[in-house]
Amino acid sequence: MNRIRLALSLASASLWYRRRVLALVCLTLTLSVTLLLGIQYLRTEVRQSFTNTISGTDLIVGARSGQLNLLLYTVFHIGDATNNIRWSTYEKLQQDQRIDWLIPLSLGDSYRGHRVIGTNTGFDERFRYGDDQALHLAEGQWFDDLFDVVLGAGVARQMTHRVGDRITLSHGGGSTSFSRHDDLPFEVSGILDTTGTPVDQAVFISLEAMEAIHVGWESGVAIPGRTLSEQKARKRTYTPENITAVLVGLDRPILTFQVQRELNQYSGEPLSAILPGVALSELWRMMGQFEKALLGIGAFVVITSLVGLIAVLLTLQAQRRREIAILRATGASPALVASLYTLECVTLALVSCVLALLLGAGAIAGLSPWLLEQYGLQIGLRPLNTAEWALLGSVPVAALLVSLIPALNSWLNSRQQGFGGSD
Amino acid sequence: MTNQTAFTSAGSATRANTIETRRLTFCWPGQPDSITFPDITLTRGEHLFLHGPSGTGKSTLLSLLAGLQAPETGSVRLLGQDFSNLRPGRRDRFRANHMGVIFQQFNLVPYLSAQGNVTLPCALSASRRDRTRPDVNTAASMLLEQLAIPEAERHRSVTTLSIGQQQRVAAARALIGAPEIILADEPTSALDTDNRDRFLDLLLTLAGEQQSSVVFVSHDRALARHFHQQAALGDPA
Repeated sequence: MNRIRLALSLASASLWYRRRVLALVCLTLTLSVTLLLGIQYLRTEVRQSFTNTISGTDLIVGARSGQLNLLLYTVFHIGDATNNIRWSTYEKLQQDQRIDWLIPLSLGDSYRGHRVIGTNTGFDERFRYGDDQALHLAEGQWFDDLFDVVLGAGVARQMTHRVGDRITLSHGGGSTSFSRHDDLPFEVSGILDTTGTPVDQAVFISLEAMEAIHVGWESGVAIPGRTLSEQKARKRTYTPENITAVLVGLDRPILTFQVQRELNQYSGEPLSAILPGVALSELWRMMGQFEKALLGIGAFVVITSLVGLIAVLLTLQAQRRREIAILRATGASPALVASLYTLECVTLALVSCVLALLLGAGAIAGLSPWLLEQYGLQIGLRPLNTAEWALLGSVPVAALLVSLIPALNSWLNSRQQGFGGSD
Repeated sequence: MTNQTAFTSAGSATRANTIETRRLTFCWPGQPDSITFPDITLTRGEHLFLHGPSGTGKSTLLSLLAGLQAPETGSVRLLGQDFSNLRPGRRDRFRANHMGVIFQQFNLVPYLSAQGNVTLPCALSASRRDRTRPDVNTAASMLLEQLAIPEAERHRSVTTLSIGQQQRVAAARALIGAPEIILADEPTSALDTDNRDRFLDLLLTLAGEQQSSVVFVSHDRALARHFHQQAALGDPA
C-alpha cells in the first residue's frame, strides 16, 4: 500500500515537474482522443437519426425500381422517381380491407432547393418518425385552403418564414429553377416542429394544389393562356392522374409480406413495395463502411499520439538517469522505477481522456445550435453509451501497454546501473 | 569505541562487523582486466577513507558495497549477512533499510523539495521510518536545521539551492533514520575548501552521534586525518 502511495506521489511530482514538455504531448493526445470519441459519438447519433427518419410505415409503394432508390426519393428526398403510379392504383389500395391508412406522395417541384411534397392531411395525422413520434406544428395549422403550404422546420428557419408569408414554388428540382409557378403563390399556413429528419427540409402542399399549379404545364413548360389564375383555379375540382408513391400502414403488420408480394405482382402496372426497415438497414450497411473507415482513422491518430508520447518519455529517460540512480541507491527496486513510467503514462492518458470528455462536451454544447441552424443536424448532449465508454477506456489501456516499452527499458537499465548513474 | 556496540538488526550473528569484504574482484563487461580491491573490515561507527587516482575503481567498490553490482569473486558481508549472495530484490531492501548514499553531485530528485528528498528513504523503508524520532518530518527538519539549510529553502524546488546546500541536503537524506552504513562518493569534490571542511565536519559528527559507519571516497588525501581507517586503491600490488 505504502509502495503504491510512494509511486503515485513520485509519479505525480515528476509529471508536474515536466509539465511544460508533457503538456504538449497531453494536448496532442487530448485532441486525438476527442477526435476518436467524437467520431464514435457522431456515428451513434447519425445512425440514430438515420433509423429515426421513418417509423410506423409498413410498406412504401412506388413505381417499379430498386428498394434503395424508392427509399431515397420518398423518405430522404434524394434523387428522382423512375415513374409515377396511377391514381386508380391508389384508389384500389384504398379499398383493400387489410390496409389501415395511406399517405399519397406527389413529388417533382421545389421551393428554393427544398422538395415540395404534395400529400393530404394523412401525412400530418399518420406520419411517424423516431420512437413513434407524430408531427407537431410549431406554428399555425396543417394546410386547409387550396393555396396553403406547410413548411418543415429547417425550411422556415433557413428562409426565415413565418405563418402568413407568401411564397412561390418552382417547377422541377434544384435551387435555381427558371420555371416558376409565380402566377399562383402560396401562403404559409403552418410550420412544423423540428424532427431531425428530412421532413425538416420539405415543403408540404395538398395534392389538389399540386394539380392546380400544373394545369397548362402538360408539355413540361407553362403554355401561356392555358395556366390558371387564382380565381379560376379555385373554381375547379382536381383529381390527380398520377402520384409518385404511397406510404402504407396495415391493420395487422403480420400481413406485411403478403401485401408486399401481392403489390409486387400487381397486374395493373409495375409496382415496387418495400419494407422501410429493411431498406434503411441496407442503406446503412453501405454508409457503415464509410463511418467504420472514419473510426479507423481516429484510432490511428490516437495510436500516433501514443507513439509520440512514448518517444517523449524515452527522450526524458536519458535525462532521468541521475534521478533514477538516486532512487535506486536509496533502495527503490527496479520494479518501482519501472512503475513510475507506467504510472506517468497512464496518468497522462487519463488526464487526456478527461480533457477530451470536457472538450467534446463543450464542443457539442457550443456547436449544436449552429449545426441545427446551418445543417439541420440535431446533435445534443447525452450520456455516453457502453461502446463509447469502452472506446474511451481503451486509451489508458493502450497507454499502459505502450508504457511497458520505457518501463522495461528502465527496468533493465536500472538493474545494470552502477553507483551514481554510471555504468 | 566500536566493537562492543555491534548492531545486527538484520543479521543473526552478534558482534558482527558492519562491513567486511574479502578478496573482492570485479570486471566490467567488455573489459579485459578485473579490478582487485583491498579487504575492508569496519566495525560499528568506524569511518573509512578510500582514496586513489581516477579509474582505479573507487565508485565500483561503492557499487559492490551498495549491492548495485555483484562481485566477480570474493564476498561482501554487511552487518553479519552475506550481502553479495542475496537476491537483487533483497539487496534493494537491505540498502533501503541500512544504507545512506551521497553522490559527487546531482544528488537530489529534482521534482521533490529539500524536505521531500530528505524523507525519501523513510518512504522506501519502514525500519528507517520507525527509527526517526519523534516523526519523519520533524527529524528531517532537525537534520536540515543542523546542516544549516534555511527554513525558507526547505519546501521549495531543490534546483534553486547552491551546490553546497544540495550536498548538505543529500547528507541529511543519507543520515535520516540512522542507517548503519553511509556511502559517500567524492561528495566534496565540487565544493570549495571552506564548504568542504564544514560539510565533512557535519557529516562525520552527525554520523558519529547515531553510530553510522561512513565510507568516504575522495582523491583529496588531506581529508584522511578525519577518519579512523584509510585504504588506497590502485596501488601497484
